[in-house]
Amino acid sequence: MKDILKINESVKPKFPKHVRFRHNKARDEWVILAPERLVKLDPVAVEILKLVDGKVSVGAISTDLSKKFNAPKEVIMKDVIEMLQELSDKGFIEE
Amino acid sequence: MKSDDLKSGPKKLKTASEHGIQAPLALLAELSHRCPLQCPYCSNPVQLEKKTGELTTEEWKSVIDQAVDMGMHQIHLSGGEPTVRHDLEDIVEHCTVKGLYTNLITSGVLLNPDRLKKLEKLGLEHVQLSFQDTDNENADRIGGYKGGHAKKLEVAKWVREVELPLTCNCVVHRQNIDNLENFIQMALDLDAERVEIAQVQYYGWALKNRAAFIPTPEQLDHATEIVEKARIDLKGKLVIDYVIPDYYAKHPKNCMGGWGRRFLNMNPKGEVLPCHAAETIPHLKFDNVREKSLKWIWENSEAFNLYRGTDWMPDPCKSCDRKEIDWGGCRCQAMALTGDAKNTDPACSISPLHKEIFAMAAEEARRAPPEFIYRRYGVRFNSPI
Repeated sequence: MKDILKINESVKPKFPKHVRFRHNKARDEWVILAPERLVKLDPVAVEILKLVDGKVSVGAISTDLSKKFNAPKEVIMKDVIEMLQELSDKGFIEE
Repeated sequence: MKSDDLKSGPKKLKTASEHGIQAPLALLAELSHRCPLQCPYCSNPVQLEKKTGELTTEEWKSVIDQAVDMGMHQIHLSGGEPTVRHDLEDIVEHCTVKGLYTNLITSGVLLNPDRLKKLEKLGLEHVQLSFQDTDNENADRIGGYKGGHAKKLEVAKWVREVELPLTCNCVVHRQNIDNLENFIQMALDLDAERVEIAQVQYYGWALKNRAAFIPTPEQLDHATEIVEKARIDLKGKLVIDYVIPDYYAKHPKNCMGGWGRRFLNMNPKGEVLPCHAAETIPHLKFDNVREKSLKWIWENSEAFNLYRGTDWMPDPCKSCDRKEIDWGGCRCQAMALTGDAKNTDPACSISPLHKEIFAMAAEEARRAPPEFIYRRYGVRFNSPI
């Protein structure tokens, strides 16, 4: 049985083996695919998830995005944690 | 239904794009109707398709290509029992190459560790394993297959050994609903990601057996309480999907997310259906991928366009503010229970037939359950399976 993952700055998130973060060519959209689940993503979520690879921490992802979008890291990280926690609760993100 | 409803003549039916409907999200592929189990609530049509009529490997590959080109995301490899097909591996591999997310919906009893390993290597992404009960004897009685339950428990272990995610599909009804907590515990013990607790839906075989399956409202309320508590307790550990029998719902289910809006279903011989029970509506004429492209069928097939949108609705649906939420409920259920697929689904509390049908079902639930009418393959056909 899995334990509940609490997302924080040092967590290195990744997609579970059966969860696919994929670009659908015909629709030209990024989605998360999981058993009988389809998650449509807004552009911000797509930018965050493109950096998720199991090697980079939430903190590093936030630093990266704060540079890219020229916004304070704390503000970005709050959004990153919130989104990843929501996905993790649904089983779409693990460590 | 009057025959002139079917003529495309002066009143031409609107197509998918004229309704603003995009490409479907997923394809339910019934690879075969053959199955070693005989569940009396099987979702297959009462008239089962023979092996000789089934699409070939190449035909399925072409369907997969077309599905991907249309922008579909997922394929559910189902049946009958999809593992009866020896080319399942080829089909899975082709889906992987094309980037279609693969989900195998199986009874498991024909699987072995080597085959599962091979399917995983070829890119299979998820396995849904059906369970008839948590009690050995009763499970085998419901499935009509001796030793089935014990085999399924083994198969579940093999699935997890090759690190495939597992969903336990548990169909519940009055003859196993008291084991609901055990179903959830079983899913946890088997290290499943997800458990589907689906109350029997009454079409085809299940409608024939309704009196044997329908729970009392009290049984149902108790079950719902158990599920709601488990959902809170197991948040982040086990996903619980729950489907109540819509006889006891206030609003009908928005069946398939609306007729011809999000999904399509293919039967073993290549006919394209808006849902797996659509063959129970006798006047529907289905187009076949052997004659037309999948894209053409989704856009133009009369069987889809007949009940798309809201134009076809009579009252009380037409004037209901939920008409684009429920989409009139289920056409197949309307057909089965009222004799006209256009009528409001009697599961809806404002259907004029709701009270009468609800009362009949509740009465059935209070009586002793009758014997099952098993889903037997080959009863109508003499060919070997």
